[in-house]
Amino acid sequence: MNMSNHDLHIAVTGLNATDNPGPGVSVLRSLRLAPDFTGELLGLTYDTLDPGIYNRELDLAGSFLIPYPSEGADALLARLRYIHERFRIDVLIPTLDSEFPSLMALQGDLERMGIRMFIPDKAQFDLRSKSRLLDLGRKADIDVPKGKIVMEASEIYRIHEEIPYPFMVKGVFYGASVVHTLDEALAAFHHMVASWGVPVIIQKFHAGEEYDVVAVGDGGGGLVGAVPMKKTFITDKGKGWAGVAVRDHELLAVTERFMAATRWRGPCEIEILKTSEPRYYLIEVNPRFPAWTYLSAGAGQNLPWATARLAAGEDVGVLPDYRPGTMFVRISIDQIATMDDFQAIATTGELVRNQEDES
Amino acid sequence: MNISQRLKDVAISDSGFLFDPVTGLTFSVNPTGRFILERLRDGLAADGVVDALKDAFDVNDRDDLTRDLKEFVRLLREQGILSRDAEV
Repeated sequence: MNMSNHDLHIAVTGLNATDNPGPGVSVLRSLRLAPDFTGELLGLTYDTLDPGIYNRELDLAGSFLIPYPSEGADALLARLRYIHERFRIDVLIPTLDSEFPSLMALQGDLERMGIRMFIPDKAQFDLRSKSRLLDLGRKADIDVPKGKIVMEASEIYRIHEEIPYPFMVKGVFYGASVVHTLDEALAAFHHMVASWGVPVIIQKFHAGEEYDVVAVGDGGGGLVGAVPMKKTFITDKGKGWAGVAVRDHELLAVTERFMAATRWRGPCEIEILKTSEPRYYLIEVNPRFPAWTYLSAGAGQNLPWATARLAAGEDVGVLPDYRPGTMFVRISIDQIATMDDFQAIATTGELVRNQEDES
Repeated sequence: MNISQRLKDVAISDSGFLFDPVTGLTFSVNPTGRFILERLRDGLAADGVVDALKDAFDVNDRDDLTRDLKEFVRLLREQGILSRDAEV
């Protein structure tokens, strides 16, 4: 093993940590948990009050505001170049879906600067989109609920002839509702269009239990590691507030088939519905770590650290097995922050800590 | 997967707390339930479990024991610990 790789400077995005948290804090905590990591951690974020900026346990060398994805790839590249010149970024782990189009486009530029990512390419990224899930299911030999892509409200009136009520109405990026009548279906359609635009995805409803798998693919069709989880407490936003690592071999088999069919490179979250028969339906694939990623490290399989090492060009080999029964229970805490820290991030867009700050 | 193998995957504590790693669900069983689960894990069929119950708990009515065992197995099926077609 090349020990110098463990002196990596790793930057992670998405430091929001509200009741609908971004994954960044979870990824950073996992990296901090890796005993052989001796490098520096950097936080990249969008809002001056993102909680991860103020979390002293993460021991971030610095936090930097970065431009919103809507400002385009050039603005992001300029900002990353500046941060790289200040701190050197060896590895960048993006954690928000909206960051991927810009970062996939910038991957070559970033690599030439010495910033490496372990992320999917555009074809892989597009194949797992909600609107192409049926194609993915056919390619990977994975059951996917019958679905239809809808562009106009007029299509809703007769869709029950193909997909009977109740069915799911899903936004192209986010959101899902179960509807039982035409009125509910039309209301859900308009809500999704107003929130996320078209298309809207209509999907057959299957009763069952949802399981989520955090996994990393090696980019060659292989599975680096995976930890399946059952949510045991769900917030009113549908987010897992507690969960437990499970061992259901079919969940891992579905994950392996996804990796083999897509040659997925990097982390992802795979959402699977298990019916009472049981049958396993692929519901969604998110192209990044989930907010509950720390469970993987806590259960013995540190997937963020494996991803950082893979990005750095290291062969991570076979990861240790995880411990089923390991639980997470999320917490909301009030962090104390100083006005100096807030002033730094608010006025200069960066909060750099050094040894003198650590008193 | 046979019943014995499936139940070997279930973690059972001394206090009768169960964790099913396949579904992620947890349960509590009383000492009798724990006794039955352990006998099923040992690979005993229904008659063998009833014999073991009869010996351990000093109950003579086999019909009662058989009925209680069937009810317990039904609960295991209902909670997904045993498959719907599993027969003891």
